[in-house]
Amino acid sequence: MSPGLRWRKFVSGFMLAMTGVCAFVAVSVLFLILGYLVYHGGTSINWNFFTKLPTPVGETGGGMANAIVGSGKLLLLATLIGVPIGFFGAIYLAEFSGATTAFVVRYAADLLNGVPSIVIGIFAFILVVHPFKHFSTLAGGFALGLMMIPITLRSTEEFLRGVPNALREAAMALGASKWKTIASVIVPAAYRGILTAILLAFARVAGETAPLLFTALGNRFWSPGWNQPTAALPEMIYRYAISPYDDWNRQAWAAGLVLLVLILVINIVARAILSRGIAVPRS
Amino acid sequence: MATTTTTVPSTGPLAGSRSFLSRLRQGDEIARMITFLFAASVVLVTVLLVFELWQGSDLSRHKFGFNFFRTSVWDPIFGQFGALPFIYGTLITAAVSLLLAVPLGIGAAIFLAELAPARVSDTLEFFIDLLAAVPSVIYGVLGIFIVVPLMRQYIQPALKHSLGFLPLFQGPAYGVGFLTAGVVLAIMVIPYIISVSREVLLSVPRDQREAALSLGATRWESTWKVVVPFARAGIFGSIFLALARALGETMAVTMVIGNTPTISASLFSPGYSIAAVIANEFTEAVGDLHTQSLIELALVLFILTFILNGVARLLIVATSQRGSGMGNV
Amino acid sequence: MHASVRPALTVKIPPIATSPAARETSAALSMRMTISKVNFFYGSKQVLFDISMGIATNKVTSLIGPSGCGKSTLLRTLNRMYEIVRGARLEGEILLDGQNILTQDVTSYRRRVGMVFQRPNPFPKSIFDNVAYGLRINGSKAPISEAVEKSLRHAALWDEVKDHLHKSAYELSGGQQQRLCIARALAVEPEVLLLDEPCSALDPISTAKIEELLVQLKDLCTIVTVTHNMQQAARISDFTAFLLTGQLIEFSPTPQLFTTPGDPRTEAYITGRFG
Repeated sequence: MSPGLRWRKFVSGFMLAMTGVCAFVAVSVLFLILGYLVYHGGTSINWNFFTKLPTPVGETGGGMANAIVGSGKLLLLATLIGVPIGFFGAIYLAEFSGATTAFVVRYAADLLNGVPSIVIGIFAFILVVHPFKHFSTLAGGFALGLMMIPITLRSTEEFLRGVPNALREAAMALGASKWKTIASVIVPAAYRGILTAILLAFARVAGETAPLLFTALGNRFWSPGWNQPTAALPEMIYRYAISPYDDWNRQAWAAGLVLLVLILVINIVARAILSRGIAVPRS
Repeated sequence: MATTTTTVPSTGPLAGSRSFLSRLRQGDEIARMITFLFAASVVLVTVLLVFELWQGSDLSRHKFGFNFFRTSVWDPIFGQFGALPFIYGTLITAAVSLLLAVPLGIGAAIFLAELAPARVSDTLEFFIDLLAAVPSVIYGVLGIFIVVPLMRQYIQPALKHSLGFLPLFQGPAYGVGFLTAGVVLAIMVIPYIISVSREVLLSVPRDQREAALSLGATRWESTWKVVVPFARAGIFGSIFLALARALGETMAVTMVIGNTPTISASLFSPGYSIAAVIANEFTEAVGDLHTQSLIELALVLFILTFILNGVARLLIVATSQRGSGMGNV
Repeated sequence: MHASVRPALTVKIPPIATSPAARETSAALSMRMTISKVNFFYGSKQVLFDISMGIATNKVTSLIGPSGCGKSTLLRTLNRMYEIVRGARLEGEILLDGQNILTQDVTSYRRRVGMVFQRPNPFPKSIFDNVAYGLRINGSKAPISEAVEKSLRHAALWDEVKDHLHKSAYELSGGQQQRLCIARALAVEPEVLLLDEPCSALDPISTAKIEELLVQLKDLCTIVTVTHNMQQAARISDFTAFLLTGQLIEFSPTPQLFTTPGDPRTEAYITGRFG
C-alpha cells in the first residue's frame, strides 16, 4: 500500500470516527439534562410541590400548585382554540379546497409556525390584553392556541391526504355524502396521525414561556376564572431559576423535571401511537 | 327513487322535509362553508398579526426611521431608542451558535445517514427528536446552572489564557455573556440541523456513493466529496432553519446573556438580544414610544425569521427534487 | 441446496479450435480475470451457485439472463461493490491478473476495475470535475487537463463538450451523461470496465453510440457488461455467459451461443420462450 493511500485510509477512518463522536455528544445532551434535573430536582418533588402555593422568600415548604393548575387551564384553552381550527381547517384543505386557496392557507400556517413565540405573545397582548386592560388566562390561552394551529393543521392535512382514495370512492359509491364520508370513514382512518399531531402540538406549547410573559403574566396565588393573570409551570421555572434563592432554585429544578418528563412522555406516546402501523378504519 | 319536491309544506307530516338530493347537497355545502371558515381564520389571524405589528410600531417607525437600526442608545427615560445593541447581540450569539452547531450537527448527521446501521440511526434520531422537543426554559436552566459556571470557572479563563491576544477573548469572565448564550443556542439548534440534514443525506441516490467508491474513493471521500455536496442545498436549508430558531429564541438567551445593552468585540461581555429585551421590558414599558419601539423590534424579528424560513424551505425542497430528477435527459 | 444435490452445470469453456474464428479466439486468449467456484449469499439466502468462468483480456464479455438471475450480482462481485451491503458474503475465488482480489486493499483494488451504472449518475459537478474526480482523489501525478481530454476522447464525447467543460454535467443529455460516466471511469485507467445495463435508460440512438464505443474500448481495457437485451449482447460481445436463477448455464463465444447453444435452457431463452 502506498503511503498516499495509507494516509487517505487513515483520514477516512479518523473522520468517520469523529462523526460518531459528534452524534454521541449530541445525544448525550438529552441524558445530561435529564440526569441533572433528576439528581437536583428529584428530591424536591414532594407532596408540597403539588399542593401548596408559593411561599414568600425564606419560607420553605412552598409549592407550585397554582402553576400546575394554571398550566392546565392555559393548555385546555389553547387546545380548545388551536385544535378545532387546525382540525377543521385541515379537513377543508384535504377535502374541499382548490389549489390556490390551499396554497394560501398552507403558506399562512407555515408562516405562523415560524413566528418566534415572543412575537406571538406581543400579538396576543395587542389583541386581548390591551383592549381589556388586564392580563388574563384568556390571553395566555389564546397565544398558546395560536401556536397549536399550524402544527395541528399541517399534520392533520397530511394524514387525511394519506387515506387512500379507494376508501373515499367506496363510501361515496354506497351513497354517502361527502361530509358523511369524511366523518365516518376518512377521519377514523387517519385518527392515529391526527391524535399524534394534537399531542405533539400540545407538548410543544406546554413548555412555552415567552408568550405567557405578556399575557398570563404570572401570579403567586390562585387565579380563579379566566380573566386574571395566572402562574404557569414554565413561567415559574423561569422566575425561580433566575432568582438568587436556593430554595427557589431547587423548586425550579423540580418543576423543570416535572415539565420535561411530561413533555417527553407525550412525545414518546405520540410517536408510539403513530408507529403502530398504518391506521385502519375503525368500523 | 329521487323525489323532486321543490315546495316545502308548512304544515302536516311532511313539514320541513326537503328532497333527498338537496339535503345532501346542503349538508356538504354547510360542511364546506364551516371548514372554510376555520381555514380562512388561519389566514386572517396571520394577516392580522402582521398588521398589528406594523400598526403597533407606528410611532417609533415614524420617529426614528432607519436610524432605529443605527443608533445604540436605548434610553426609556429620555425617549431615545436605538436598536443596534440588540441587533448586534442577536447576530453575534446566532453566529457563535452556528459556528459550534453546524460542524457538530452535520458531522452527527453524516454518521446517522452514512455509517450507522438503520436501527442505530433510527434510535439515535428518536433521541434527537426528543431533544428538539425540550422547552427553551429548560435549556435556560441548563445554561444557568451548568454552562455559566463552566464558562466562568474553566472555559473562559482557559480561552483568555491561550487566545487572550484576540479582542474576542478579553475582559472579565463573568460567565454570562455572548459566548455563553451562543453555546446554549448551539445546543438548542443542533437537533434541527441533525434531523433535517440526516433526511436530506438519506435522500441522495445510492448510486452516487457507489460511483465514487467504484473510482477507488475511500468511504470518507465518497461521503464528503460526493454525497454531502449533492445534498448541499438541503444542508444549507437546515442551517437557515437553525438560524431562524436561534434568532427568535427568548428564554434560554435571556437567562444567560447578561441583559445589558452593550456592543463589544469581546465574546465574554454581557449583552442583550432582541427577543430578550422585549421579554424583559415589555410589561414595564415607560410610555407609548417605549412600547412601540419594542413592537418594532418584534416586527424586525418577524421579518428576519420569515425570510430565513422561506429560503430554508426552498432549499430543502430543491435537494429532494434533485434526488428524484437524476439521470434524465 | 447443498452442492451435491444441485443439477450439473453446463459450462462451456471456449473450445479448442474447430473453426478459424474459434482458433483465433483460443490462441489469443488470456484471462484477465478468473472466477472460480463462486457462491454468493445475502445473509442466509444464496444468490449465486458455484460460478466458474474466465473474463478474456481485451474482449467484451456479456452476462445475459432473465430478471433476477444474478447477473448484476455477479458483476458486482468483480469490483467488490457488494461489500457495502450488510450481510453480503462471497465464497470462492476471483483473480485479477492471477491475484486474489479479496486479499487486496479494497480502495486501491476498485481503481483497477471501473464501473458504469444503469442510470447515468454524474456527480453534481462540472463535466471537467466529474472526469477529474477519480484522478484527484487518487493523487495522480499526471497533468489533469490532459488526462481529462484523453478520457473524453476515448468516450467519444470530447468534440461535443470540449467548449463546455465547466458547465454542469446535468446539462448534458442522457446519452451524453452516460458517456461522461464512461469517461469518468476510464480516467483512472482501469484494467477492467464493468457496465451494468448501461443503455437501459437511454434512447436507441444513444444506445447505438455507446455500443459502438464499447467495441472500440476493448483495445483499452477488458469489458464486462450485463444486459437484458440479447440482441445487444449478440452485437457487441465476444463472449456471452447465460445465467439462470443464480447458476451459470452456458458460457461460450457469442456467435456460438446464439447460433448453436449447447444447453436447451439457453436455447429457450434466446428464442424468447421465456424472458
